[in-house]
Amino acid sequence: MADTTHQAFDPLATGSRARQFRAKFTVYALLVFFALLYLSPLVIIFMNSFRPLEHIVREGFISSPRALSPQYWIEAWSTFCIGGNCEGVSRYFSNTLMMTVPATILSTAFGVVNGYALSKWRFKYDTWVFGLITLGVFLPAQMTLLPWAFVLGKIGLSNTIAGLVLVHTVQGISFTTLFCRNYFVAVPDDLIKAARIDGAGFWRIFRRIMLPLSPPILIVCVIWQFTGIWNEFLFGTVFTSGANQPITSAIVAFSGSGTGERHYNVEAASVIFAALPPLLVYVLGGKYFVRGLTSGAVK
Amino acid sequence: MPDHSQSKSSNRLARWTPQLVLIPTLAAAFMYVVVFSAWTLWISVSQSTLLPNMSYGGFGEYAALWKSKRWIVSYQNLFLFGALYVIGSLVVGTLLAILIDQRVRFESVWRTIFLYPLAISFIVTGTVWRWIFHPQTGVERALSDLGWLSANFDWITDRDMALYVVVFTGIWHASGFAMALILAGLRSVDGDLIKAAQIDGASMPRIYRRVVLPTIWPIFVAVTVVLLQFAIKTYDLVVALTQGGPGVATTVPAIVVYDLMFQRGQIAQGAAAAVMILVALAIVIVPYVIWTSWRARQEGPSHG
Repeated sequence: MADTTHQAFDPLATGSRARQFRAKFTVYALLVFFALLYLSPLVIIFMNSFRPLEHIVREGFISSPRALSPQYWIEAWSTFCIGGNCEGVSRYFSNTLMMTVPATILSTAFGVVNGYALSKWRFKYDTWVFGLITLGVFLPAQMTLLPWAFVLGKIGLSNTIAGLVLVHTVQGISFTTLFCRNYFVAVPDDLIKAARIDGAGFWRIFRRIMLPLSPPILIVCVIWQFTGIWNEFLFGTVFTSGANQPITSAIVAFSGSGTGERHYNVEAASVIFAALPPLLVYVLGGKYFVRGLTSGAVK
Repeated sequence: MPDHSQSKSSNRLARWTPQLVLIPTLAAAFMYVVVFSAWTLWISVSQSTLLPNMSYGGFGEYAALWKSKRWIVSYQNLFLFGALYVIGSLVVGTLLAILIDQRVRFESVWRTIFLYPLAISFIVTGTVWRWIFHPQTGVERALSDLGWLSANFDWITDRDMALYVVVFTGIWHASGFAMALILAGLRSVDGDLIKAAQIDGASMPRIYRRVVLPTIWPIFVAVTVVLLQFAIKTYDLVVALTQGGPGVATTVPAIVVYDLMFQRGQIAQGAAAAVMILVALAIVIVPYVIWTSWRARQEGPSHG
């Protein structure tokens, strides 16, 4: 997984001067074009979260912004009515936060210990155990909806955040175990053997050897789980309702209702609230985000 | 497996710690993967309707599912969407990766821009692009305000074109992912190979087409498999973007599952549809897993 250094040659530094210039120009022109295409939704929504409603209704979303005001953000956060509940998006934001943080911590903690046990303590059928856990990565959520609904009902967690924490933790452990196991496999076995000869046990080796090596994969797991659970929609919609729903469901609730007056500016601000935490995590932990993608996909 | 107990005091508990530690996860995974799957499978052949009724009812619901027009449309949509989405994401992702590979300035800025959609939920993505695509609020409105009064861009409300809106938005969301993996692949290609081709006088596009891209084909396979998985599981994006409409024009299997299970009270048929999604996934993943393990064996234990 080491970063291989790139070949020490410049593909654009070939051919004549004019050809070099043309090539460079094409490359940057294309990059700018795609960058604008990728950024435009972000810019459009950000701009419209500050525009007066009558401007948006009159001119649409794509128009020069005038008379900007931050009041729609305040409205979106605290007084916006979503499905008859007028506490603003803050209610759903905190629901999602209360769901995401515990589920991220729990699934990551389990994943690290599982990954360590599966990679460094060989036992009979360990590959079967690992195979079973990783199957959870591929199982489509639709296969689990009815059983989960039944189980959550039986244990009294229907329509609760705690129920969603449970669902996301169980599902997330598959991912975190996969990530951590593949990461720990690269730790030399001799290190563990030496520690065992010195009389160190399972937990001691974990604390003294594995945990200090773990920060990179811990960050990958936390980022992956946080963004994944924060952005999740299906489980939230199926297992909770009304004021207990996560923010993704709340957005669908107001943007999907075709009737009544639309408050595009407040809706735009609400959408930004839903997008901001994972975006922040992405910008702050970009390198690890990419690493998670790469190891999650290729392995 | 060194099994040397230092002294008799290293008790049995310590020896079994690794297995004990795994028990909660194993139980959860077993419940989640085996029990839940079997459960849903059983529901699909049971007599359940609005409420679960676990007595055996045969495969009638599968037959009914494949007779329903909505399901057939959704499956056709899945094929068209999946194909265009995967090809589009690969093409755009490859292009972006090659562009960034040209030793451009501010590389990390470009990467960050192209990859950020992946951090945003399908719900947010779909909601925003719906506003942009909708004739009343989006591009058509902006064009007509600019003076082009006959501007017509209403794909999202057009039965024949709405699916392409979903494809476009899906590509916008996923091409950065393809880019990141392909770029990592490009960076792993042996520089000497390229130098040799250059000395032979090959042009840059030709070198990429003939030398570089062919050497990283396993990455394209991996990205394709992951994207196909995304496509088969697609649900949120369509809900936020078009809600499956207009009519059933953009309905996908996952939407049918939800509707059957939770809107129409046809639990057994919903479970049958869920099983069909699992089958589609298996068709994609099982050959890939077999192929990768076969390749790993070919290359010997030195590889990952």
